[in-house]
Amino acid sequence: MKKIVFYTNQFFGQIGGEDKAYTEPQFHEGAVGNAKAFDGKLDDAEIIATFICGDNYYVENMDAVKNFIKGQLKDIEFDFFIAGPAFNAGRFGIACGDVCKFIKEEYNVQAITGLYEENPAVEMYKKDIYILRVGKSAAGMRKAVDIMAEFTNKLQRGEKLGSPTEEQYYASGKRINVFKEKNGAERAVEMLLKRLNNEKYETELEISVYEKVEPAPPLKDLKSAKIALCTSGGIVPLGNPDHIPAATAKIYGMYDISQKDRLSEGEFESVHAGYDPVYANKDPNRVAPLDLLRKLSDEEVIGEVYPYLITTTGNSTSVADATRMGKEIAEKLSEDGVDGVILTST
Amino acid sequence: MHICTVTPISKTVGAARIYPAQAIPYPTGNPDLTIEKEDKRKRDIVLNALNLLLQ
Repeated sequence: MKKIVFYTNQFFGQIGGEDKAYTEPQFHEGAVGNAKAFDGKLDDAEIIATFICGDNYYVENMDAVKNFIKGQLKDIEFDFFIAGPAFNAGRFGIACGDVCKFIKEEYNVQAITGLYEENPAVEMYKKDIYILRVGKSAAGMRKAVDIMAEFTNKLQRGEKLGSPTEEQYYASGKRINVFKEKNGAERAVEMLLKRLNNEKYETELEISVYEKVEPAPPLKDLKSAKIALCTSGGIVPLGNPDHIPAATAKIYGMYDISQKDRLSEGEFESVHAGYDPVYANKDPNRVAPLDLLRKLSDEEVIGEVYPYLITTTGNSTSVADATRMGKEIAEKLSEDGVDGVILTST
Repeated sequence: MHICTVTPISKTVGAARIYPAQAIPYPTGNPDLTIEKEDKRKRDIVLNALNLLLQ
């Protein structure tokens, strides 16, 4: 019987939601939380231990969490490691990628996770570990568990893996030798002909597309600069008049702050469902620091503050929607003569 | 100028100017500090961020 160690977060480990996101790492014997979903799906293997850690705690204390895991695993022998799946969750995705990379390097065992294609952790960790392609949200849990369990079984049996597309993992960029009937030139010409005929073809070498954003030229000085305040932390006027969604937003709001010295409790609130809003509701300037920008303007450190706060919730927002909103906002700000932007993210 | 806690995400999507925030639920604050110290911390973060606009 092979032994598997599991990692999950406070939510899937059934400790709690965002209010428990600072939960310190915990060690449990056996399968706990969503690790149980793997019961009966793993051939000749069992989950012997589960680590649970709050998402905020992990990404803000990565080394401390790994030290804790190392300490707990000191006298434990295991053959395999599974983390997540984390779907499109940013912090949880990074935790899964980071812990798997660590386990693989430290213990020389395979460590896998499952992420949605837009999860930023895919780009960060796909070269180091196997990351399975899973759905966007926990609604896809059952399917994700099936994919991950089958992949685990395959690796445990020592079977040869097919291409990343066949096995549903993100290509890690490694090249391996394979034998084909036709040589490369013939295959390339065939692909080209298919492409010219608008037929479907499958590339043998995916070219990575990296986001490249040309940096705006530096400002000459701050003293004459008009600075806009934007946030993806979901700070809106109390009652959320534009109904900005708590997650997967496709819209943003613009709110007149020209007459305000600060964003006051009870006047503004956070509608972001991806972090515990207690501290932001108590003092919204902790997310959108209008109070300080006003002071800096009074002190003539900056020229002026743009009269609108621009807000959305950057919580599982698709890259396509985020890019579109960013372009629209940038165009508007540029039309209004804004020189620089402070964009805060939670 | 992006002020955020999980800076690798910001890098992945191509941001050019990034300054690390205090924490996820309060990027420019810290409820564990006194009001005076919290204001000072906020000023450090935002001023350092603003200064990166000059580079």
